[in-house]
Amino acid sequence: MSILVVAEHDNSSLNVATLNSITAAQAIGGDIDVLVAGSACQDAATQAAQIAGVSKVLLADSADYANSLAENVAPLIAEIGSGYSHILATATTTAKNIMPRAAALMDVQAISDISAVVSADTFKRPIYAGNVIATVQSSDSIKILTVRGTAFDAASAEGGSASIEALTSTNNANVSEFVGEEVAVSDRPELTAAGIVISGGRGMGNGENFDMLYSVADKLGAAVGASRAAVDAGFVPNDMQVGQTGKIVAPDLYVAVGISGAIQHLAGMKDSKVIVAVNKDEEAPIFSVADYGLVADLFTALPEIDASL
Amino acid sequence: MKVLVAVKRVVDYNVKVRPKSDNTDVDLANVKMSINPFCEIAVEEAVRLKEKGIATEIVAVSVGPQQAQEQLRTALALGADRAILVNTDDVLEPLAIAKCLKAVCDSETPDIILLGKQAIDGDNNQTGQMLAALAGYGQATFASELTVDAGKATVTREVDGGLQTLALSLPAVVTADLRLNEPRYASLPNIMKAKKKPLDTSTPADLGVETAARVSLLGVELPAERQAGIMVEDVAQLMDKLKNEAKVIS
Repeated sequence: MSILVVAEHDNSSLNVATLNSITAAQAIGGDIDVLVAGSACQDAATQAAQIAGVSKVLLADSADYANSLAENVAPLIAEIGSGYSHILATATTTAKNIMPRAAALMDVQAISDISAVVSADTFKRPIYAGNVIATVQSSDSIKILTVRGTAFDAASAEGGSASIEALTSTNNANVSEFVGEEVAVSDRPELTAAGIVISGGRGMGNGENFDMLYSVADKLGAAVGASRAAVDAGFVPNDMQVGQTGKIVAPDLYVAVGISGAIQHLAGMKDSKVIVAVNKDEEAPIFSVADYGLVADLFTALPEIDASL
Repeated sequence: MKVLVAVKRVVDYNVKVRPKSDNTDVDLANVKMSINPFCEIAVEEAVRLKEKGIATEIVAVSVGPQQAQEQLRTALALGADRAILVNTDDVLEPLAIAKCLKAVCDSETPDIILLGKQAIDGDNNQTGQMLAALAGYGQATFASELTVDAGKATVTREVDGGLQTLALSLPAVVTADLRLNEPRYASLPNIMKAKKKPLDTSTPADLGVETAARVSLLGVELPAERQAGIMVEDVAQLMDKLKNEAKVIS
């Protein structure tokens, strides 16, 4: 079997989320190639070649692939993908956008968000917002999968020495155009890659009060997240949302502050190793998944936590 | 400008779904069914396009069982003009649904196709992208803002790092994320009027679509339960536990 992992990157550096798909590919077993499609993305390809366990990096460097437009990248995947038994990508918003498009071009029913590899054609995946885990078997000759990053450890980013093969194919569908982006700039770690995540909910009251979380987070080297309620209330931007419709995280330590624990939110964080909940409502459902619960007013507890660090 | 909006009949989002006792599938007997919440947002967006004078006709389409007529009537009550049910009792996969929708697009020739970003049953998040691929249209998934002007759709998308804006030539596929809008409630007069709006039915076979399943469900199970933890008295005890028991902070 031979497996193609579609890398996620920003042209200059490889997104560490890619490493989780490498581990999923290793669980399937076979030669692993990595596709780096971008513009002036040689550096990302060089990093991909260093991932332990990668045989070959395919480098598609063209202005057409600059912003990972699905209309341009999906045909490339479909073109080179026919030579593989499996095509994987970690289920980021970029991969969720591109992979089903590539699958349809190849007449393959993709399988989204796998959380375990049972065998080369059988996988587990959460359905119904993670309330149920389904085991599914694909009869397609090529399996196209997106991988839940938190369910697979990151492969080692170093130790490999794959060859890099340049692809010449270009695809410009001319139906979509990148206009711009607003990317949140933060010195804190990325939510999905952080070892510690501290999240605030509706109980935070407003956006300014999140400063208390940022202060604690900076002392812990933590990322800051939020519940859907806090995002919908306009306290913080949407890219901070942890939950079924936001980001799925599984850090070593997850601290939920002023979050009641709607199913929606739990689906995004319940695989964290240690969960702490701080809430003044002792009946809050978040306590049922917390390893350590503290019934307290967050406006007293957060400064105390801050002072103790 | 014609807008096609796809809706799916799914388990109501308030229902906590459980496996059947033999773990072959989830137990959907006698549970409340509703329009998928993301599809409802897509319908609302279509109605707003019509209210702005951009859309002239809204066609709601669903691929599913006879009972999906209820969800189409909901879409009609919210403001869609007519509806199409592609009737099948099989549970279709996203690729088969996308093929049915592509066939509907071929006959209806809409300028914009709106869908929810995913359905809350299978959580696949594929149908819109697959439809766009089959039709050769541009796509904007996870939309949080949509403007249509001069033959282009400009869409803001919620991506991992923040927000991304794309411009798409029409026809185009747009899938709705949570913050695209807040759907209205259908008024009683509109619910009554919806009953008289046209609803046509066809089948995947009528559309020439082959729908055999590619992926088989071998079984379902509940996720591993977390063990309930302990309650701590105060911040000092919490910090002590995190440092010395869980050893997650130093």
